[in-house]
Amino acid sequence: MLKRAALIIAPWLVIVGIWYALAYSGLINEALIPKPHVVAARFWELLTQARLPLDIWMSTQRVFLGVAAGITLAVPVGFVLGWYRQVRTFIDPLINFFRALPPIALIPLVVVYFGIGEIAKVVILFYASFFAGVIVMYEGIAQISPIYVRVARTLGATDGEIFRKVIIPLTVPHMLTALRVALGVAWATLVASELIAAQQGLGALIQNASSFFQLDIIYVGIICIGFIALAMDLAIRAFTKRLVSWQERIA
Amino acid sequence: MKPPARISFENVALEFAGKNGPVRVVDNVSYEIGNGEFVSIIGPSGCGKTTMMNMVAGFLQPTSGSVKVDGKVVTGPGPDRGVIFQEYGVFPWLTVKDNIDFGLTLSANRKPKAEREEICNRYMKLMGLSDFADAFPKMLSGGMRQRLAIARAYAVKPQFLLMDEPFGALDAQTRAHMQDLLLQALQTEGKTVMLITHSVEEAVYMSSRIVVMTARPTRIREIIEVPFPYPRDASLHEDPLFGQLRSRVRSLVMREYAAQARQSSE
Ligand SMILES: Nc1ncnc2c1ncn2[C@@H]1O[C@H](COP(=O)(O)OP(=O)(O)OP(=O)(O)O)[C@@H](O)[C@H]1O
Ligand SMILES: [Mg+2]
Repeated sequence: MLKRAALIIAPWLVIVGIWYALAYSGLINEALIPKPHVVAARFWELLTQARLPLDIWMSTQRVFLGVAAGITLAVPVGFVLGWYRQVRTFIDPLINFFRALPPIALIPLVVVYFGIGEIAKVVILFYASFFAGVIVMYEGIAQISPIYVRVARTLGATDGEIFRKVIIPLTVPHMLTALRVALGVAWATLVASELIAAQQGLGALIQNASSFFQLDIIYVGIICIGFIALAMDLAIRAFTKRLVSWQERIA
Repeated sequence: MKPPARISFENVALEFAGKNGPVRVVDNVSYEIGNGEFVSIIGPSGCGKTTMMNMVAGFLQPTSGSVKVDGKVVTGPGPDRGVIFQEYGVFPWLTVKDNIDFGLTLSANRKPKAEREEICNRYMKLMGLSDFADAFPKMLSGGMRQRLAIARAYAVKPQFLLMDEPFGALDAQTRAHMQDLLLQALQTEGKTVMLITHSVEEAVYMSSRIVVMTARPTRIREIIEVPFPYPRDASLHEDPLFGQLRSRVRSLVMREYAAQARQSSE
């Protein structure tokens, strides 16, 4: 147990070590690398005396809304694409076309159509999580072996029973994976979405800091995003492990 | 008077759409399986055995002729015909017990809770799975998974058992054990059985009749009676007649393999 904890912490310590080494090596201008303890101090200051909690809250909320909307649509669409091979042939290129567009390139259009309010930011996150989720979903569904449906039919299952008792349980693991991937992508897209006139949020924090060249604050923002995304991923994984413990391999 | 056939093929032909027009896989097969018979189908790989079984199971319709079960043309799968696949098809998201229970929760064969419980326990016991009632299939060996598939099929009380190389993926010992287990189960609950196998030994050991099929497009090459009474046990392998039957079936099958090789080199 102790060994496990040590193994988990070790790579983080290595990174901090390299960071210190770089900062003190003189290879890079000192002003360009705030030292880890400076960043930590700044983090504490922002957390207790400034608006960091609000930033975190706003960003988390946007990610949640974007992912919730994206996954709600990605699950049925991905399901249909995965299940009906014929549909996929036509829709697949379309999905890959839209998925390839970087969300940041869409910002001008989003602003035109949705303005600069909360909705615009959520739309960007929705876009990113929908396309990430739909692909995971349909590739998972397409891999479901038809044998389970055949077996159910030989036992006398009706179409409705096959859907409820065979297809849904087989779909759940893919839904959870799609959710995980969509959350990851949404956090990765957050800064871009907050380019749209955001006052609060981790992305806004980073952008404001960059106009004043406050590198330590930029680091605080980036590290916060990373850790929140990591925490959510771990939570979903733990949930997945419990809900679909029957799986041969847990993703 | 001859008792009515339970499964009958009447001038059955089946073609698949190929690149250069239709490919005939099953060519004019007529055959009847009587009540309680155990019929093994044997023939070269790719000749059309699975295709024939799929027509009885209701997954495929013949291009011409008809496949009938108890005098009625088969139009689709149903719980009267239990199917055992080589790849088991046990539901990975259900425990052993819930797998067996699955069929009993369907509207086609719904049973009251107490009866379901009793049926599940009976077949878990019959197939030696009682200690694994709450285990998920990922914990089971191949042989156990196939026993589970058989228990699940039995639970809905099919009149027929259609098996497509059910023991093909198992090692020799497990396979022999499964054969005896299945014969025992059939002893307590008679069923009309159609078994596809590549093992001549298995066909002679288990069946009351063996149908040897030709290379594609497949027809019936020969029908061989296996006169040994049931119950049978492993000592049968020592019987001189067993050896004779085995050689006969083997040479027939080998000849069809040779014919297939000639065909494909032409
Ligand atoms: N859906 C299909 N479409 C086109 N051709 C098919 C289809 N299913 C099977 N075939 C062809 O029909 C032939 C017979 O197939 P089948 O699976 O019935 O053979 P089999 O006797 O069961 O072989 P094996 O012993 O290897 O399992 C094969 O040549 C196969 O390629
Ligand atoms: Mg086959």
